[in-house]
Order: sequence, then C-alpha cells, then structure tokens
Amino acid sequence: MKHTLSVTVEDKPGALNRITTMFARRGFNIDSLAVGPTERPGVSCITLRVDCSRHTLEQIEKQIHKLVNVLRVTELQPGEAVERELLVVRIAAPADRRAELVTTAQALGARLLDVGRDAVVMELAGTPEELDGFHQLCEPYGIVDLVRTGRVGVPRASAERRVPRRLAAIR
Amino acid sequence: MKMTGGDAILRCLEAEGVEVMFGIPGGAIMPTYDAMARGTTVRHVLARHEQGAGHMAQGYARASGRVGVAIATSGPGATNLVTPIADAWMDSTPLVCITGQVRTPLIGTDAFQECDITGITLPIVKHSWLVQDVEELAAAIKAAFHVARTGRCGPVLVDVPRDIQETVFEFAYPETVELPGWRPPTKVHPLQSREAAKAIALARKPVLYVGGGTLNGDACEELLELAEAGTLPVITTLMGKSAFPETHELHFGWPGMHGPKWSNLAMNTCDVLVAVGARFDDRVTGKLSAFAPGATVIHLDVDPAEISKLRTADIPVVGPLRAALAALTPEIARHRDEGVPAPEPWLDQIRAWREEFPLKYGEDGGWLKPQRVLERLQSLTAGTDVVVTTGVGQHQMWAMQYLLSETPRSFITSGGLGTMGYGIPAAVGAKAARPEATVVCVDGDGCFQMTAQELVTAVVEELPIVVVLINNGYLGMVTQWQDMFFDGRRSHVHLTPDVPNYALLAEAYGGVGMVVTNEEELDTALAEALTASRTVVVDCRVDPAEQCFPMVPTGAAAVDMIEFEPSVVEEEARAS
Repeated sequence: MKHTLSVTVEDKPGALNRITTMFARRGFNIDSLAVGPTERPGVSCITLRVDCSRHTLEQIEKQIHKLVNVLRVTELQPGEAVERELLVVRIAAPADRRAELVTTAQALGARLLDVGRDAVVMELAGTPEELDGFHQLCEPYGIVDLVRTGRVGVPRASAERRVPRRLAAIR
Repeated sequence: MKMTGGDAILRCLEAEGVEVMFGIPGGAIMPTYDAMARGTTVRHVLARHEQGAGHMAQGYARASGRVGVAIATSGPGATNLVTPIADAWMDSTPLVCITGQVRTPLIGTDAFQECDITGITLPIVKHSWLVQDVEELAAAIKAAFHVARTGRCGPVLVDVPRDIQETVFEFAYPETVELPGWRPPTKVHPLQSREAAKAIALARKPVLYVGGGTLNGDACEELLELAEAGTLPVITTLMGKSAFPETHELHFGWPGMHGPKWSNLAMNTCDVLVAVGARFDDRVTGKLSAFAPGATVIHLDVDPAEISKLRTADIPVVGPLRAALAALTPEIARHRDEGVPAPEPWLDQIRAWREEFPLKYGEDGGWLKPQRVLERLQSLTAGTDVVVTTGVGQHQMWAMQYLLSETPRSFITSGGLGTMGYGIPAAVGAKAARPEATVVCVDGDGCFQMTAQELVTAVVEELPIVVVLINNGYLGMVTQWQDMFFDGRRSHVHLTPDVPNYALLAEAYGGVGMVVTNEEELDTALAEALTASRTVVVDCRVDPAEQCFPMVPTGAAAVDMIEFEPSVVEEEARAS
C-alpha cells in the first residue's frame, strides 16, 4: 500500500542524504521524493511516497524521527490531504494532429509552454492520478521527454492545525 | 578568549569533563596535537592504530559509563576508525570521534589524505558534523557529546578541517545545545507502566530479558530492585551481561545461539517476556517466528524505533530505563502485598532444567580444555574487582558461559558487529577508566593478531592488562561451522598455535609471556598473571577439537538446541 510522508527538516548540509541513506540501509524503497523550502526560514519539507505495509511505515516513521535534523514526520492520510504533482512533457506531435492534442490537453487543464517546429512542451499540475491520465493521453502523439516532480501535499483546509503526530509506540 | 580552533577543541573536551582521549596524530589533525603540546588536562593515550584508539575509547566508555573520545587524522586515520564506529553503532556505545580533515579550500579536490569520512560513516553514526566555520566548532562538539549520551547511546563524528583548527577566534563554550530535532524521550507514560506492572505481577511464568540498554541507561540498581520485588527470573544477553549479578539466585543465564539450554527453555516457554533494553537480535531469538511463541511481550526501551521492530510488543514502555524500571517496582510490590503469589513453581522449573541440562564439555585426553581455563579464571577472580573484555568467537561464548559477572560494566564485548580484535584495545581503554581494577582480556588466537600491537600501548602508557589467550590454532568458530554445517570441509581456518610465538611476542612488546599446556600449569600462571601489575599474555594451548555447545543452528528455533556432542573430526583437528 502506498503512503505519503511529509518530513520537515532543519535546512542543514546532508539532511536529505541522511534520510535517503537510512532508507537504503534499512531496505525501504522510495517511490517518489520532492524537496523544497517551507513557510519557515531554515526549514525544508521532504515529501516521500513509499509503498509498504503499515508495520514498515511505522518503522520508517520512527527511524526518520530519530535523525537529529528531522523536526516532524507526518503521514498525509488519503482523503485528509491535498496532494499535487507537476508533469512537464515534450511531445513530437505531427503538425496535422497538433491542434487536436493541444485542445484535448487544455481541456484537462494542461498549459502549453513552448512551441517549436517539431515539438510542443506542455505542463500539467494536478493529482498524481490526473497526471497518469494526461500521460496516457499524450502517449500516442509521441512523447520525447517526460518528467514528474514527485508529489507534495498539505492537510486539507478543513483539517485542524496539526500537533506533531505521536509515534505509534508512544500512543 | 582568543585561541585557535585546535586549542578550542581541547577546551571543549575539558568543559565536557573528558579525562582521557585515545588517538594518533597525523597531518590534518596536527594543529590540535600542537595545542595538546601547549597543555590540556585531558590525558592522551597514544594508540598504535586508529582502530585500536577507537576500541579503547569504546572500552573506556563501557567500563566507565562516560562518553569515549577517539581522535585521528583525515583519510586513512579516519577510515581506520570506521570499524569502532560501526561497532559502537551496533552496541550503542557512546563515542565521540574527532577527525582532522583537509583544508576547506581543498575539500572535494582529492587532496592528499582526503576522504569523505562524514559520508562514509553516514549509516553508522547517530549524527555527524563537518565543521566549515570555526564559529560553529564549539557548538558542534557540545552537540556531539549531547547526542552521543542522550536517548539511545551511540557514536557521533566531528570532522574538523585543518584550517579551522588553525583559525584564531573568540572562544566561548555554549551553555545550551540547540538541536530542535533531537528530543529523545525523558519520561515514561504512567499508563504504560501500570499496565506492564500488572501483566508482570500476574504472570505465572515471567522472564526479564535484559539487554545492554540496561547498562547504557545506568539502570542496574533499578533492575535488581524490580527482580527482587517481584521474585522475577533474569536472563541477560551478551550485551546485558554484568547488568545483573550473576551469582544472584534470580539470575538464570544467557539466551541465544550459545546460551545454556535452560536459559533458552525459560525464554521460549515463558508467558510474559519483559525485554529490558534488548532488541530481539537474531542471535538471541533464533528463528523469530518460533521465538517465545506463547509470551505476552512487554518491551521497555528508550528508543521507540526498537518497539515492534522485530517482535510486536503487546505492552510498549518507552522511556529511560531507570525511570521505566523504577516505576514498575512499587506497582509489582503492591500486587505481591495484595496476595498475587511470586512465580515460585516457575523458578523451580527453571532450576530443574538447569540441573537437567548443565553446560558440558569433553574431559577426554590429555588436552587442556578451553572451558577449564575459564572455570579457573572465574574461580581465581570471583569476588575481586575485575573487568573482562573479549574478542569474538568461541572464546567469547565460553567467557559468557563460564565467567560470572558480579558488578555492572565488568564484562565488555563486541556483540552486534562481532568485531574480532576488539578485546585487547577495549581492555586498555577499560584499564584507563578503572585503573584500580584487574582488567582481563579473554582472547582467541585469531582475534589476538588483529590488534596485538596495542599491547605496546598497554605497556608504554602503563595501562597493564592480562590477556588470557585461548589458543587452539584455529579460527575456531568458523572451524566449528565448517565441521557442523559444511561437512567438515576445513577451508582456510588453520592458524597454527605456535606461529607467532605469543609469549615471545608479548615479551617483544614489553610485557610478560607465559605458556600453559596443561591444567597443572594453569592455576600458577593465571594467579601470577592476575597479580603481576604488568601486561601479561598467558598463552593457553587448548584442545583444538573442542567445540562450543550448546548451539542453536542458524534458522532453527532456540529450543531446538544441539547439546554437547563430541567433535566428529577431533582426531584430524588435533593432528594438524
């Protein structure tokens, strides 16, 4: 089962490295990972997507929590969080089908970023599922390059301001 | 006060109350050694190899309960510390390593003796610092000591480039540590303790399964009080050995691969298993799914990540072990006062098993038996102030089985990493911590040669140790496995018992060498060695065919132990 972890860390050299090293050493896999600054200066947020059992997830949370630079580990529960990802794609759409591609893509909320003689570049920000759909849509037109950022997320607007979730063992 | 970074490192160590550090100088750490020449209250013990320095710092830490300090130069000096750091990580030994690094402008250029030691050690430290600004130096060292000894103890590393050590700055030792992300538990949840106490008090067949965390958490008195208040049997792991007096009537041996059968029977058939600072290591549990199948597990640990890592804890108690154990005792005493009986029939059962399945070894032939050496050592040191260290292998397991530790921190060994060569340098470190104690390293001939050069350190630094060498001329544990599980195919395990000549080597290193080939010589030699106040190697030429029993084969349930069986290939073994 897939889970999203939001990890806030002190913005110190090696902070990300310590987390990924811990994953590698303990045999945990990372599906996707996104890192960036937060609303607090000196604090970064690392969003990790992992595919594992509930038991392994608890282990991962506790092991991350032990790292000295880590301030908070929270699981973004499905349905209780807004999660987004960005996809940027370069497509070598043949000239005669390009208009059709752009129209359909724009109907899905994608934006046209660049147009060249042999290709177009588009982006879509959305839920990972929307991105999957867009990816499939682009496929027949001839994808040259496609990148995704990995998901980021925050609790829903209606969620109460969270206190750090206590570790399972301490509950 | 204005001073260089190197002087500041020493002022930091002094402020932390460090009495002794173990190290070797080299290019990138020279400004700090130059500062030592200017003066410091910290004693520097000059090791002969950085691995030795690291294990000395570990031995010091384990014998004293304080943080051990090792210091080395960049590159090879630092990489030689990797084994002690990994060892300290596995056994949760508080260790601060200070390494020199090439000058900051040279970092990343493959400069002479440059290596990314913070990168190399990333998976085996609690935390590390590469100091890139002299203004951050004191805070890094202060934080390093704090992290090493709080929560679950462990190793940390501070890497200091040479130019930082040379920079003059205004030094002030910070009064507080600023680590917003480091918040190990400091209290125990009262509900958890109450629930645990009730389960323990009501258990008909309880066992306290005591690990090294009890020693690290300085909770041995609290453990004794708990065991006595509840009349609870105590089984100590290899790392927990000496956390509970082993001459006490409530001590029932050691669990796992080479634990006595009665200890494993007790562990595996109990109804309430109380893990105290222990981590369900595979060498303890054997086949995990078959381990203590009927037991309710209560897990006391300061590290929340150990809870339910391998075995699901029915009742977790997270927090410092002193507080955790101290909270249980009055609750259990209250239950006993209210008439909940002590588990006397269960204790009788374990005692009966102990009668039925005693430790055994062969008495045949004219050979000196390794177990006999340890029995005599036990008898000659009983009741005295003795600290034992070991290497790793058969001799280590025999030391566990036959030596009875009476006081906390009197048995020091490499459990998790299983580092051969740990014994001699750890003994030197232990002697530095406990100069009044007799420090004995029970070593194997394989281990001995991995760090024997530190006998020089013992002699020159006047930190005398007694090495009782269990010399069977083999890498004994590997040989035993080859004999038992590889159809007796001996592959590269023969070391020869008389090359080197260990007694002569001891003399060459400035110590005393003795050779013991039979029981008659044994007592005299041991007695002389123990009272010599000099560094002595007692080369005990023991039966090469003797194997370590009982034994739980890898992957088997701990109750399915192989008890004593005479070696199938003993004649060949002795002939070679």
